[in-house]
Amino acid sequence: MSETVAVIGFAQAANRPSAGTTSGVETLVPVFQEALQSAGLGRREVDFWCSGSSDYLAGRAFSFVNAVDAIGAFPPISESHVEMDAAWAFYEAYVKILAGEAETALVYGFGKSSAGLLRRVLALQLDPYVTAPLWPDSVSVAALQARLALDAGIVTERAMAEVAARSRADATTNPYAQVSGPADPEYLLAGPYVADPLRRHDCAPVSDGAAALVLAGGERARRHRERPAWITGVAHRIDPQGLGERDLTAVPSASAAAEAAGLPDDLDVAELHAPFTHQELLLRAALGLGDRVRINPSGGALCGNPMFSAGLARIGMAAEQVMTGRARKAAGHATSGPALQQNLICVLEAES
Amino acid sequence: METVLAAPLEIGFDYTRSLGPVLGRFMTGLRDRRVLGSRTADGRIHVPPLEYDPVTHAPVTELVDVQPTGTVVSWTWTDRPLDGQPLDRPFGWALIRLDGADTALLHAVDAGSRDRMHTGMRVHIRWSSSPHGHIRDIECFAPGETAAAPAESGGDPVTIMTTPIRLAYTHTTSPEEGRYLRELAEGRLLGQRCPVCRKVYVPPRVCPADGVPTEEEVAVSEHGTVTTFCVVNVPFAGQRLEPPYVVAQILLDGADMPIPHLILGLPADEVRMGMRVAAVWRDRAEWTTSPTNIAHFLPTGEPDAPYESYEDHL
Repeated sequence: MSETVAVIGFAQAANRPSAGTTSGVETLVPVFQEALQSAGLGRREVDFWCSGSSDYLAGRAFSFVNAVDAIGAFPPISESHVEMDAAWAFYEAYVKILAGEAETALVYGFGKSSAGLLRRVLALQLDPYVTAPLWPDSVSVAALQARLALDAGIVTERAMAEVAARSRADATTNPYAQVSGPADPEYLLAGPYVADPLRRHDCAPVSDGAAALVLAGGERARRHRERPAWITGVAHRIDPQGLGERDLTAVPSASAAAEAAGLPDDLDVAELHAPFTHQELLLRAALGLGDRVRINPSGGALCGNPMFSAGLARIGMAAEQVMTGRARKAAGHATSGPALQQNLICVLEAES
Repeated sequence: METVLAAPLEIGFDYTRSLGPVLGRFMTGLRDRRVLGSRTADGRIHVPPLEYDPVTHAPVTELVDVQPTGTVVSWTWTDRPLDGQPLDRPFGWALIRLDGADTALLHAVDAGSRDRMHTGMRVHIRWSSSPHGHIRDIECFAPGETAAAPAESGGDPVTIMTTPIRLAYTHTTSPEEGRYLRELAEGRLLGQRCPVCRKVYVPPRVCPADGVPTEEEVAVSEHGTVTTFCVVNVPFAGQRLEPPYVVAQILLDGADMPIPHLILGLPADEVRMGMRVAAVWRDRAEWTTSPTNIAHFLPTGEPDAPYESYEDHL
C-alpha cells in the first residue's frame, strides 16, 4: 500500500476544431507514448489503465472499447472506464494506487466533440423526465446561470470579457490551445450575443483532443521522476441535478470539494475547468482564490475544451507547473455536468 | 495528406421510462392541465417534483397543485432553435417559478422577440392540444397572466413516458481505414501489417496487441476459411434475411484476424468450421466505399481446411 501518490507524466493532443477519427484511437497512440516517455515508464510497466469518454460523443455503444486498441492490451491488462471527464478516472486510479492494488497507472480522456452538434448532444446529460425532452442546449443552460450571476451583481459582462482576454493572451504560449491571441475586452464586448448574456468569447470552443496522465505511488514515483507532483489532496462533490433546485450562482460542490481536498491558502497556481467565462468567476469565489493565485496559465478551457479530457488536462497542466519547478503548490479543477454541477479538486505539491 | 472519409451517422431510440409514484402523478397532472409540486419536510414546494427529500432522504409523498402562472427567474434567447426544442421560431429559455412553488422549472417562452424577455416577467403555460402525460404537454410558456382552466380528468393514471432521441453525427475514419475502404470500392481487399507482431489486419486498426498503427499494406484474398459461426434463429427489428441463416467468422487467406460475414447458398445446418468460402460481390455498379460491396460468402467446394490452420485465429 502506498501512502503517497504523484503525477509523474502528462501529455495531450493539440486542441483542434476537428481532428482525428470518431473512435479517437489514432489520436491516443502518440499521446500515450509521450506521456509514458515523460514519466520514464514503459507501456508494460503500467499496472492500471483508466479512461474517461462518452458514447454520446461517438454516437455508438461501448465506444471506449475501441480505444483500448491504443494501449496494446495483450496479454490482458487491468483497465477501467468512467462515462465522464477523465479527471474522475484519475480519481479512480489514485484510489487504486492508495489501496495498494497498483503502483503505476495511466489515465486518459478522449473524444471527438465535433462529431455531433455538441451543445445539443449535451442536453442528454440533463434530467431525462422533465428537462432533456425539451433539448435545452448546453450554451443556453450556461446562459441562464450567467444571467442569474449578473442579476445578483456577482459578475459583470466586462469582468467576463476580461477573463476571456486574459485567457487568450495566456494561451499564446500554449501550443495545444485552439484559441489564442491578444484581445481587447472592449472589442470583445462589441460582439453580438450567442445566447444572451453570453457572447462568443464567453464560451469555450468545440474542441477535439485527448490527454493522458501517469501516476505512481511513493518510492516508485521518486524512482521515475526527479520532481514528481505529489497529490496532497483530492476530492469531488456534486450538486443536485435539477437546475431549479440549486443556487446556480454559488458552486457548493466546488467549495465542499476544496475543503475536503484541503486546498491550501498559499497556492501558487490553479488550473480551473471553466468552459464559460462567468464560471471562472463563480469558481474563484467558491474556492476562495485570491488575486495572488495565478489562474489558468494555459489559457484554460476557454481556449480549448476537448470533452472528457479537458478536466484531466487541468490536473495535468497544474502538475506540469510543479514538475517543472514553476510552482510549489498547484491545484487542478475539473467539472462535469451542466452549469458546474459536479466538481473535483486536486492539490499538487513539490514536497510529499 | 489524403483526405479522410466521413459519412453521416444518424442514431435514434425511443426511450421508454417508468415514472414511479411521484413523476407518474406529475405527468398525469400535466395531461389534465394541472401542475403538481412535491412538498418536502421543510415545507418547500418543488416544481418539477422531487422523488426524495434532499435533506431527510425520505420518499416524497405529498403533491400539491401550483398555479399555471409564474415568474421568470432567469432567461436567455435562442435565435436559431435546434431540432427537438419546444418552438421552431426564435424563443426564450427561462427558469420559471410557478406561483405556489419554491423552485424553478426550465422551459421555453414564446415571447416573439428578445426585447420582451426580462427577469421578473410574468408568464403562463400554453398547453399542448394533445396532452398525453409528458413534460411536452406544456407546449411552452407565453407572456402574461392568462391561463387555461384545468381539463376534466383524462382517464387512467400515466405510468410510462416515451421520449424519442434522435442524434446526427459525422463519422470519420482514419487514413488507414480510408485506404481500405477506397480499395473496397475497387473490389479489392486490403490488409495492413503490424510493424511489431507482423500480424495482418483486415480492416486495418491500431494493433490491439502492440498499440501501434499498422503500416505496410498487404493484398488479401477474397477466399477464406470459416473459423467459427452461429446460426441466427431469432427475429429482430431491421432484420434483412429470414432466419435461420449463418453469420460466420471468416479468416481471409493472408490475414490474421477473421472478419464477420454471412454464409449463404447452403442450408444453415451444413455450415461447419474449416469450410472454405469465397466472397460474392454485388454488381460492380453498386460498389461504394463500404463492406456491403460483398453481399455474402459462398462455399467453394474445396476440401475443408485443417483445424491447425486456423486454431490460432479463433
